[in-house]
Amino acid sequence: MFAMLSFALLVSAVLNIALGSVQIPLRDIAEVLLRRNDNRMYEDIIWQIRLPRLVMAAVLGGGLAVSGFLLQTFFGNPIAGPFVLGISSGARLAVALTMIVFLDRMQAASSWVLVFSAMIGSLACMGFILLLANRLKHMSTLLVAGIMIGYICSAVTDFIVTFASESDIVNLRGWSLGSFSGMNWENIRAASAIIGTGFALSLLMSKPMGAYQLGEAYARSVGVNIRWFRIALILLSGALSACVAAFAGPISFVGIAVPYLIRRLFNTSRPLIVIPAAFLGGAVFCMGCDLIARTAFVPTELNVSTVTSVFGAPVVIVMMLRRRKAG
Amino acid sequence: MERYSVSVRDLAVGYDGKPVLRNVSFDIGQGEIVTLIGPNGGGKSTLLRSIVRQLETLAGTVEINGRLLNSISARDLARQTAVVLTDRIRPEMTTCREIAAMGRYPYTGPIGILSKEDEMQVDAALKAVEMSDYAQRDFNAVSDGQRQRVLIARAICQQPKIIVLDEPTSFLDIRHKLELLSLLRRMAREQGITILMSLHEIDLAQKISDKILCVENGRPVRFGTPEELFTEDGIRSLYELENGCYDPLFGAVELPGAQGRPQVFVLSSGGTGIPVYRKLAGNGIPFAAGILYTNDLDCHLAHRLACEVVTEEAFCPISDPACARAMALIREVPRVIDAGVKIGPCNSRIRDLILEAKTLGKYGEA
Repeated sequence: MFAMLSFALLVSAVLNIALGSVQIPLRDIAEVLLRRNDNRMYEDIIWQIRLPRLVMAAVLGGGLAVSGFLLQTFFGNPIAGPFVLGISSGARLAVALTMIVFLDRMQAASSWVLVFSAMIGSLACMGFILLLANRLKHMSTLLVAGIMIGYICSAVTDFIVTFASESDIVNLRGWSLGSFSGMNWENIRAASAIIGTGFALSLLMSKPMGAYQLGEAYARSVGVNIRWFRIALILLSGALSACVAAFAGPISFVGIAVPYLIRRLFNTSRPLIVIPAAFLGGAVFCMGCDLIARTAFVPTELNVSTVTSVFGAPVVIVMMLRRRKAG
Repeated sequence: MERYSVSVRDLAVGYDGKPVLRNVSFDIGQGEIVTLIGPNGGGKSTLLRSIVRQLETLAGTVEINGRLLNSISARDLARQTAVVLTDRIRPEMTTCREIAAMGRYPYTGPIGILSKEDEMQVDAALKAVEMSDYAQRDFNAVSDGQRQRVLIARAICQQPKIIVLDEPTSFLDIRHKLELLSLLRRMAREQGITILMSLHEIDLAQKISDKILCVENGRPVRFGTPEELFTEDGIRSLYELENGCYDPLFGAVELPGAQGRPQVFVLSSGGTGIPVYRKLAGNGIPFAAGILYTNDLDCHLAHRLACEVVTEEAFCPISDPACARAMALIREVPRVIDAGVKIGPCNSRIRDLILEAKTLGKYGEA
């Protein structure tokens, strides 16, 4: 299964490099990657545009899927995800604010600053949701609350964008729709560092996560420190989804659809398997969607979130129908 | 000094600082089965959850195998106590075996990979609850009884010295209830595992337990052997029974009999009257019964259901007063039912009663 996913990853990576407004033959790709090709144009396209973009799609997609799985474990509900709970929107609002404030004073905000503000935004939203979660015991009401928070944050973001200066809008516009474009290697290093760490920590938490799937009481009875576990889980998923939101803007449904598909595919919920598989799956999913976003209506580029919604939303609908049937 | 498995002193338990129960004290020896009984909302779950540190205690102490509960590390506690709770769990895409294997948590390494030893323990636990054949089934796809057994296998996997179960027999049919309780009894007798649980079925509680804990909101907890605590009045006041009663001898619950002037006189002996009594009680017909020896099964139940019982000392010939009273009743009631009375040398005067009933045209057989 893992071999299959890795193969899918490889195939979509190659396709992502090869396809586009300029088609690059496989042979040239290999040569460019091994730095044995002198074709300046191919080299620029691959090293400056396509490779950074696909690496970013893979890393952020993986991060989103893992973040979704962490949230699903936390809430004991397979429909929880960073986008649905409004966490992505919160991060986006914080980033929009930061960008405008920073862009006024200096030329560009570094990616670390953006990640940090996204993190604060997402954790603020998460905190708000947790406050509600204590009052609203029912999962569906919690989700509705999350969606409402998402709308509120989006409205405020749109408001800010509307009154921002022309030059800021250009920057914000593309970003706030969700996109993997315009990535440089510095961004990638930052994103990989954060998501890599988050991924490793998630794996380390897979044991208590497994116990937590049986509910809080059983987890506590086998020795899980529930309070620390929950804090760690929230911080981790918050960091992961904030990082994605900071670099690529809001990307919908990956966090729900991918973990679900992975669990179906592997027929298990064991975190030790699902976390790495979801990471790979998320990477493949986002690379595929990005490819479609780039190439479907050339020269116009769709935003990634549109494509992920087209593929992700039906999965979620199927999932809900199946759940209803299972009781 | 004997070291107790669980030792509770002056414990107060409750939610948000408000005690539900206070001044709870009892000691449980190793391998004993102790059952909590009492009405819903009486604090059974609260007490159980406090003893396994799912809830903060409000006052007093709990000792587990001689160590104060609050001084035991989470992992050590998990190796000593396991729980089966009422929380209904619905894990997605998880097999029965994976659920059971979760019990190895306190023994596995940092990322929870099962060793050979762990795998063996899981298999043994599933075998003990007879769920080996269903190990690979999805947990949500097996019956309630099987789910409950998987959860017990999970508890066994923890290799605990104490298992705490909160109403483990809910949702189970009678066969699975009996299987479950026999399994618990085997674990207590053969492996010396202490069992602390709450049960709704007081009849089963009476039969399986070494000790009973009567738990009732706002009243002192009573602790003792089933013989001490299962009295008719004890159970009546514990559950505030107004309709019917609990019969500690039979271990059975009886609906109340009809009161008023007797409409039927029932002749029986050795248990043959019981179905007739229940039917009459069920149809709301007041009846009298006799002449019953005081050691007769029928006599025991007739005292609960009939409005009048004519009795005679065991193994004695029927006396004149008893015979006279029975005759009077037979003349008074519209019907006499013979539920199959055995007549021997001592109670030959029953024949006179039957004859009288026949001549009055009231006689009938059940």
